[in-house]
Amino acid sequence: MATTSAIDVVMPQMGVSVSEGTITKWLKQEGEQIAADEPLLEISTDKVDTEVPSPGEGVVQQILVQEGETVDVGTKLAVIVPAGAEAPAAEPPPAEAPAPEPPAEPQPPVEETVPEPPAAPAQQPAPAPAEPAPATDGAGEKTFVSPVVARIASEHGVDVSQVPGSGRGGRVTKKDIVAFVEAGAPTKASPEAEAPAAPPPAEPAAPPTPPPAEPAPTPAAAAAPPAAAMPQPEAAAGEILEPMNAMRRGIAEHMRRSLDTSAHVTTVFEIDLSKVVAIRKKLKPEYEQSYGVNLTYLAFIARATIEAIKNWPWLNAEIRGEQIVTKKYVNLGIAVALEGGQGLIVPVIKNAEGLNLLGLARGIVDIADRARNKKLTPDDVQGGTFTITNPGGWGAIIGTPIISQPQVAILDVEALVKRPVVVQDQSGEDVIAIRPMMNLCLSYDHRLVDGAYAAQFMKELRENLESFDESSY
Amino acid sequence: VAEKTYLQAISDGLRQEMRRDKRVFVIGEDVGVYGGAFKVTLGFQEEFGPWRVIDSPLSETAIVGGCTGAAIMGLRPVAEMQFADFISCAWDQLVTVAAKQRYRAGTPVPIVVRLPSGGGFSGGPFHSQNPESSFAHIPGLKVVCPATPEDAKGLLVTAIEDPNPVLYFEHKHLYRRIKAEVPDERYTTPFGQARIHREGDDVSVITWGAMVWTADEAAQQLEGDGVSVEIVDLRTLVPWDRKAVLESVRKTSKVLVLHEDTHTGGFGGEIAATIAEESFEDLDAPVKRITAPDAPVPFSPPLEKAFIPQVEDVAAGLRELAEY
Repeated sequence: MATTSAIDVVMPQMGVSVSEGTITKWLKQEGEQIAADEPLLEISTDKVDTEVPSPGEGVVQQILVQEGETVDVGTKLAVIVPAGAEAPAAEPPPAEAPAPEPPAEPQPPVEETVPEPPAAPAQQPAPAPAEPAPATDGAGEKTFVSPVVARIASEHGVDVSQVPGSGRGGRVTKKDIVAFVEAGAPTKASPEAEAPAAPPPAEPAAPPTPPPAEPAPTPAAAAAPPAAAMPQPEAAAGEILEPMNAMRRGIAEHMRRSLDTSAHVTTVFEIDLSKVVAIRKKLKPEYEQSYGVNLTYLAFIARATIEAIKNWPWLNAEIRGEQIVTKKYVNLGIAVALEGGQGLIVPVIKNAEGLNLLGLARGIVDIADRARNKKLTPDDVQGGTFTITNPGGWGAIIGTPIISQPQVAILDVEALVKRPVVVQDQSGEDVIAIRPMMNLCLSYDHRLVDGAYAAQFMKELRENLESFDESSY
Repeated sequence: VAEKTYLQAISDGLRQEMRRDKRVFVIGEDVGVYGGAFKVTLGFQEEFGPWRVIDSPLSETAIVGGCTGAAIMGLRPVAEMQFADFISCAWDQLVTVAAKQRYRAGTPVPIVVRLPSGGGFSGGPFHSQNPESSFAHIPGLKVVCPATPEDAKGLLVTAIEDPNPVLYFEHKHLYRRIKAEVPDERYTTPFGQARIHREGDDVSVITWGAMVWTADEAAQQLEGDGVSVEIVDLRTLVPWDRKAVLESVRKTSKVLVLHEDTHTGGFGGEIAATIAEESFEDLDAPVKRITAPDAPVPFSPPLEKAFIPQVEDVAAGLRELAEY
């Protein structure tokens, strides 16, 4: 190849369990100059949306994957020719090409669009039996699955193709899969989970009479090629059809899997936030002025939750096989909705147990901003141990959130509303007062956490909030 | 506790048993007046006299045959082959008579045949072989291959106590090279219990004899690259410690079987096959063997170096497995 000086831009690996990504936007077009590390494109994966920086300086010579397309990790996306390197003669001078023209040679599939060396004979009649494979460049080929890897995969229900391999030729080694399992990676990964979404096989529906001696096809076999062209459903009159993006597919898979995994129960507590409201009123301007941090109710709730977790550690835990894993740290996931219903992302504040009210307030603002501006790194969305979701801002008063796996609990923060409640006056008489009330809904995994345990945790959380002492937080 | 060479440990262990048990005697070529080709029995004849330290004719058949008869009559002979290579002359006495006697007549044959074996000093094809696998194949014989001075003594004592014919392979290249603390008092080292020479997580080496030390040096090299190597020293091939080997396989899932003997029919094949049969689902890489090639041991030093597995060969094999 005469392209020794060209730089390939490939779909990056964004986190261990991510296998593909969707191009959401090219920030540079073919022919444009780009500096090293300058953002080249935006991608969306089921974990994060992010910008991909240019791996080098030069001219964007070719864009191989168009916006909206989803490709495997490692797929070549674009070619950058370093400044000063000779652009292949076959290409028109790229400098002023305004619109992204289709690649010069239209016939062959996207497969190997690296320009031929100029010296090559004109249009060789495709020497290699260029397989009409999807636009991968061979990097993501499946390799040998060793006996021990196969065994661990079957014991934990892991799809080996989802595990990043560090062995020879990208082979998944025992260490890789053990680390994957220990990291609490999704069991039953996407391709398999997507299988049910595929339309039923075209065979006639099996009548109740069992088939003859023939063994039934194993489900594993059915899950083989996820890429096998699913027939495209067609829109009926009055319907609009659009493909799911990677994030939506990720959410869909995860939500379904979570309900299939955990025994969800939700308990709701009513909290009187008078004290928190008063403290916030006092601190908010101070935080704004001194630290430039917006003090939200969420920060108070996060702080009080972390305090309560100390005494109820099974809410900050995980079921791993037959073992209960309790975490001594709290990695607090905060569900952040993206604008326009574009999805949901749960960045994590690591070691939140070490943060005071200010630290948490700052952390929440930081991750929420970065989530909305697509600046999260894969690390930011991994390793959560407990999640808080906050739809109350829109007025919701009750929710039954779904747990983020492999965690065992998620706290739903509802709207803060003024309500008439019965309280006692100084002389111990019942009176009706107007109080800022909020519902907190905890969904927990009843496999691990029993109702009494969850209720006692919530009771302590309520006490923490109703007697919130700013000096101790 | 004194530091002793491998050779001193054998010598001291043997002397201790002879002092302790009058039934124990030594027979071999030049073991008496000369003190043995490698001086293992130096001074023995002075201490125990010519009837317990017997210079034999140049006939391995006679030595092993005589020992078998003496053992059947209740003595505890310890024969020395001047070089392990010469044991082929005694094949019939060992394999047909000694190994079968217990089965045929119910008579124990408590003999020990000491076998100075192995290469590394240009001894050539008649003085460098490691014929352990030939005898491991024969039911009725036990095969012992100590790698350390402490085991050399402990396994020799166990061999003398054992009611069966025991082939005791002492590696000549370890004689004066390896030194370690050896307890003065009498002790036995049980057969069939491997020794974890070095603990590790990434790759297991299953080996014995002098190759333990080759593996040890290679493991140290790999430690620098962040590869953690476990070395299992089998100590005895018959019986061999399957449990320890399979445990190590379960742990690392990558195995190198290493021996100085030649490749085809070497005992490494037995180990590899057992791993494949019993621990297939623990494997993360093919079982690898590093052995001498199927050829006689060369005289020429560079050729001999190419023939016997060297530290670099083992390190390369380990790297290959680690990267697999």
